[in-house]
Amino acid sequence: MMLLEPLARLGRSGLAALAGIGRANLLLAAIVAGLPELLLKPRLLIAQLYSIGVLSVLIIAVSGFFVGMVLGLQGYYVLSQFGAAESLGIMVAASLVRELGPVVTALLVAGRAGSALTAEIGLMKATEQLSALEMMAVDPVRRILTPRFFGGVLAMPLLAAMFSALGVLGGWFVGVGLLGVDDGAFWGQTQAKVDFREDVLNGVIKSIVFGVVVTWIALFQGYDATPTSAGVSRATTRSVVHAALAVLALDFVLTALMFGD
Amino acid sequence: MGNGLPAAANPGSALGNADATTAGTVSDDAAAPPLVRIRGLRFARAGKVIFDGMDLDIPRGAVTAIMGPSGTGKTTLLKLIAGQLAPQAGSIVVDDEDVHCLSRRRLYALRTRMGMLFQSGALLGDLSVFDNVAYPLREHARLPAALLRRLVLLKLEAVGLRGAAYLMPAQLSGGMARRVALARAVALDPMMVMYDEPFTGQDPISMGVLVSLVRHLNDAGGLSSIIVSHDVPETLSIADYVYVIAEGRIICRGTSAQVSTDPGPRVRQFLDGQPDGPVRFHYPAPPLADDLLGNGGRR
Amino acid sequence: MGTTRTTEILVGAFIAAGCLALFFLAMRVSNLSAAANGDGYALMARFDNIGSLKVRSPVSMAGVRLGRVEAITFDQDSYQAVVTLRIDAGYDRIPADTFANIYTAGLLGEQYVALDPGGSPDYLGDGDQIEHTQSALVLERMIGQFLFNKAAEGSE
Ligand SMILES: Nc1ncnc2c1ncn2[C@@H]1O[C@H](COP(=O)(O)OP(=O)(O)OP(=O)(O)O)[C@@H](O)[C@H]1O
Ligand SMILES: [Mg+2]
Repeated sequence: MMLLEPLARLGRSGLAALAGIGRANLLLAAIVAGLPELLLKPRLLIAQLYSIGVLSVLIIAVSGFFVGMVLGLQGYYVLSQFGAAESLGIMVAASLVRELGPVVTALLVAGRAGSALTAEIGLMKATEQLSALEMMAVDPVRRILTPRFFGGVLAMPLLAAMFSALGVLGGWFVGVGLLGVDDGAFWGQTQAKVDFREDVLNGVIKSIVFGVVVTWIALFQGYDATPTSAGVSRATTRSVVHAALAVLALDFVLTALMFGD
Repeated sequence: MGNGLPAAANPGSALGNADATTAGTVSDDAAAPPLVRIRGLRFARAGKVIFDGMDLDIPRGAVTAIMGPSGTGKTTLLKLIAGQLAPQAGSIVVDDEDVHCLSRRRLYALRTRMGMLFQSGALLGDLSVFDNVAYPLREHARLPAALLRRLVLLKLEAVGLRGAAYLMPAQLSGGMARRVALARAVALDPMMVMYDEPFTGQDPISMGVLVSLVRHLNDAGGLSSIIVSHDVPETLSIADYVYVIAEGRIICRGTSAQVSTDPGPRVRQFLDGQPDGPVRFHYPAPPLADDLLGNGGRR
Repeated sequence: MGTTRTTEILVGAFIAAGCLALFFLAMRVSNLSAAANGDGYALMARFDNIGSLKVRSPVSMAGVRLGRVEAITFDQDSYQAVVTLRIDAGYDRIPADTFANIYTAGLLGEQYVALDPGGSPDYLGDGDQIEHTQSALVLERMIGQFLFNKAAEGSE
């Protein structure tokens, strides 16, 4: 009996996790089924693009620029030891466009917008606002969750592109502006090596996938939260942690699939 | 309507309770089927049985009160009627439609004809008072802006909060929020309104206004109303029919006059607010001494 | 009213900025601008050793980029590498006796194909082969040669 208890507990939590995944998938299906209705009410989407996208621009822009500057600085010291400082642009641009842009943007969005989404939905559930919508014959999933989901999915690649673009400019500012790398070589080498389809487009695909995952996790955690203040705060923490882990793990898988030849 | 409390078709089944006083005579008014007909309702939550084989009818065009101690499942009953919770057994028929057999679409169509005042108010936090009341109208009725504005202001006027139209819910007191929620619940002029504790948190003046408002809405609007409340005198003063439920069963039913004179000990205890009696004030628990001395209960 | 309008304007600006960033990544950072200006034409060159030349490595003349390496295959009969060079459409007057070298940018940098123009009045066209090629310098081989020469000097 005593020996079997941990095993039983493991089984229970495994089953609970599976049930959670099932609920999350059902929720995703219901969210996506609301798309036609959303297209008839683009105002709802605009409001979400504002709160997920516009309000995240500042943190994304500042972080992107600084990450680019750090890459420029570090890259310069390494590359100049091999007399290849001209390749600085490639290093900065490729690492931003392929990896850092999508991944860091997704992590920042999970922290800034994802947690807010979870708390908002969880609180709406705890204060019976979702029930009230149902009673007014308004489907809360379609009205509340669907616009937030597509807002996140649309905003993510745009934010990631801004992050990468500003990062490249940050690297350029440090490399060319401060450390004296030749401007023509910086851009010329970058253009020669960074491929539009292989690098830029794959980066965009990555960030769309991350957008789906981050908003999905955030909305599910909020919708599935225990409707109490402690439940909502737990759900918010879980939302950020799960989203970050999912993004990093998925990034590995996607990188292996995309660039793994 | 006479004394016709539309009682359960099969009063014997669930009313085997010794205290159940079938005050209303069983009159199967075939002419006017009840608005809500609940049969053999069984519902358990987290292992705890809340209703077990309950039968209940809500007549059309009347104010029906459901009373009972805290935690007996009155809110749960309203949610079951609205189709937000699904029973384990039994049927709930609202206006000839079985709520739990409806497609999503039909259920939503039915809900546009129901209004519900939530116990917590449940106003949408990011919309102003005006937009909250306008919400169901904007969703389900295509009205010109000027007409919509007039309608909303009229509803708010009725609950005495026209002046608060542009406040946010966070700026309202609990009682004010409840009144806004009431205005919202009747915004679509539904066929039935369910009020969950409409009178709690109201000062005597607004309580009096609300009591007559509920009555007035019911009679003028041709509504049917279900009131869940603990405020015994107010509720008895406006209710046409009263159900008292306790421990998952109906312990008393009848017109408000019949119920207020009901001799059953449980009913008397509840209506007169006596601390001692057959209805326990405490949630089921082992004896206090056992818990305090730590040698009873679990493990 | 005013707030929804501001929201709409800001969201519009947000989408525009995102698209601008994508455009910047596509045209300024990646090779889309190069790939976009016409398909150009292909030249072939055979090398004994291409070192670490890769597909998409640049092809340049006088230090100016004319195109890129499109494909690299191996010829089993001659045991040579066959490199297809895609030259941008604008550069259509490359002499027929042009010399193709594989050079390294910087000491350890990437390798690229450098074209040295000959003096022929005929120009290369699509599918033509560059006859004169010089293989990549492989560092180990250079060092080996250097040590061998030193040893030969010493023994003299
Ligand atoms: N989400 C839930 N999960 C599990 N049990 C619940 C849940 N909500 C309510 N219950 C249980 O259901 C029972 C009935 O709850 P309900 O809210 O219907 O009571 P009520 O009659 O409305 O009480 P009150 O008069 O205090 O509002 C309670 O005993 C409560 O413990
Ligand atoms: Mg209740």
